[in-house]
Amino acid sequence: MTPQPEALLRLENIGVRLGGRQILTGVSFMVAPGQFTGLIGPNGAGKTTLLRVILGLTPPTEGRVLLNGSPRPRSGGRLIGYVPQKLAIDQDVPLRARDVVGLGIDGHKFGFPLPSASRRQRITEALQAVGAESYADARIGELSGGEQQRVLIAHALIGQPKLLLLDEPLANLDLKSEQGIVSVLARLAREQRIAVLISAHDMNPLMRETDTVVYVAAGRAAAGRTDEIIRSEVLSALYGSQVDVLHVHGRVLVIAGDEQQEPQAHHPAETGIVVGPGTGRG
Amino acid sequence: MGHFFSYIVEPGLLSSGPVLTALLVGTVVAVTSGVVGVLTVIRGQSFAGHSLADVATTGGAGAFLAGLNQFWGFLLAGVAGAAIMELIGVQRRRGRDVATGVVLGAALGAAALFLYLGTQTSSTTGASFTILFGSMFVISPDTVPALIASGVLALAVVAVLSRVLLLTSLSPELAAARGVPVRAVGIGYLVALAVSVSLSAVVIGAVLSTALLIGPAATALRIAKRPTRAMAAAALIGTAATWLGILLSYDSHYWPPSGHGWPVSFFVVALVVAGYLLSYAWRPGRRARRRRARAEAGAEAAAADREEPACSPA
Repeated sequence: MTPQPEALLRLENIGVRLGGRQILTGVSFMVAPGQFTGLIGPNGAGKTTLLRVILGLTPPTEGRVLLNGSPRPRSGGRLIGYVPQKLAIDQDVPLRARDVVGLGIDGHKFGFPLPSASRRQRITEALQAVGAESYADARIGELSGGEQQRVLIAHALIGQPKLLLLDEPLANLDLKSEQGIVSVLARLAREQRIAVLISAHDMNPLMRETDTVVYVAAGRAAAGRTDEIIRSEVLSALYGSQVDVLHVHGRVLVIAGDEQQEPQAHHPAETGIVVGPGTGRG
Repeated sequence: MGHFFSYIVEPGLLSSGPVLTALLVGTVVAVTSGVVGVLTVIRGQSFAGHSLADVATTGGAGAFLAGLNQFWGFLLAGVAGAAIMELIGVQRRRGRDVATGVVLGAALGAAALFLYLGTQTSSTTGASFTILFGSMFVISPDTVPALIASGVLALAVVAVLSRVLLLTSLSPELAAARGVPVRAVGIGYLVALAVSVSLSAVVIGAVLSTALLIGPAATALRIAKRPTRAMAAAALIGTAATWLGILLSYDSHYWPPSGHGWPVSFFVVALVVAGYLLSYAWRPGRRARRRRARAEAGAEAAAADREEPACSPA
């Protein structure tokens, strides 16, 4: 890789071995400020592990992660805002959307939060940035999946990160919420120069907005401009077996030409990516 | 216990030493249980509370057999139980309920043995009842400072950890990504829970101790929209139930079978349950209104997607 000074996040030859299993091998890519990158791949390809490596939750067995040119600090610092896929709470938990966003300011600190006007103002601004102000006072558990994602993005945003990491934020969302989330993220990348790295098993909802794609399959990754990567030769090399890329009405279909075909697309009716199980042998 | 029931006039209530002690300790315990209980319900760890209560029963019975103050037995066993739960990973992995259940059966069995042996040697049959179901009127005044100090300690731990605990219960992954030592925080919380359960065991007995922990908290969570308010509400509900329970127990001397008085624990637990049922009468209207509003906003599709299990790549 040629060193580029403007890289916000750079992964160099990352390899991860967990419990005797090689999860990732030789993953290298970079993300520039304000860049909207899709981290695409079938379930089980290693996307979540890759996100955990970037977050510092899983130490890589090989290679290194650079943030702003230096090794990532142990605590993660405030450079990265993380949006988990799902909340682990019940409907009755007495946390309003606004409280969840407030935890983005100081949820990692000990002690009691002190209410203040400026704190309230920051929370409101973060909620407005993701279009969630109308349900600011609703309990988080009572919101829909898409609404919860927006609140979680506001939670990540309030720490003023330079990079937003999102783990499958579109999984289990209806089409309209999907588009809403993607356009909010695209606006943040454009207007606030926040780099966005979003993992998804279906690239189609992201197609219009992503500049670059990191395609993960069989523990390896190919990164580059979307039109450079989503091609039959590149993906075939990645999977280690014949893969076809079809463009149908502006949508992309990735089809494994191997013997057992197991569609993994989330919306079978409007099939995005269809891939066979990772048949690559490393 | 019957001696101060022997002449009862209402004004006598507040001039009775044991009653004053009961009111003081009851308040400390109710406040601690309410605050810790709210976090317990939010974290979905009611089962951990029950487990610690069972283990505390063994500790109390063991202390009785050894001739020690029961509170220290409750506390020691509770904290030890918390340590064991952490070791076998109750908090981290679901599906440890079976192992926990087996251990708890053994703990209660040991409690039965200790109580039997204890009553054989000391011939104080009331002790079993006190350990299992509590008796606020026989709290010895010299343990009061220790009880208050323990309550303050548990509250201090929770106050320091409250934000981190909320973030962790929202999403452990998110908390870890923010640099929160999730495991250490979980241990700190378990210790606060063990202390709270032990305190509650002194007041309403080891077996019933989680009633004061979970009941007021569950009620408060139905009413309050914010964690701090829920904690305050739970503390108030618990205190109200305890005070009223003491009052009713004091008055029940006149109730059949006359001359004995009913146990405080019964009244406290009954009042807690009554409060919880009342909260159901309170909330459904609000619920239905909100549901209607949400349905109009077209949230049905979203509700459906929430039921679908998440597909997270390994």
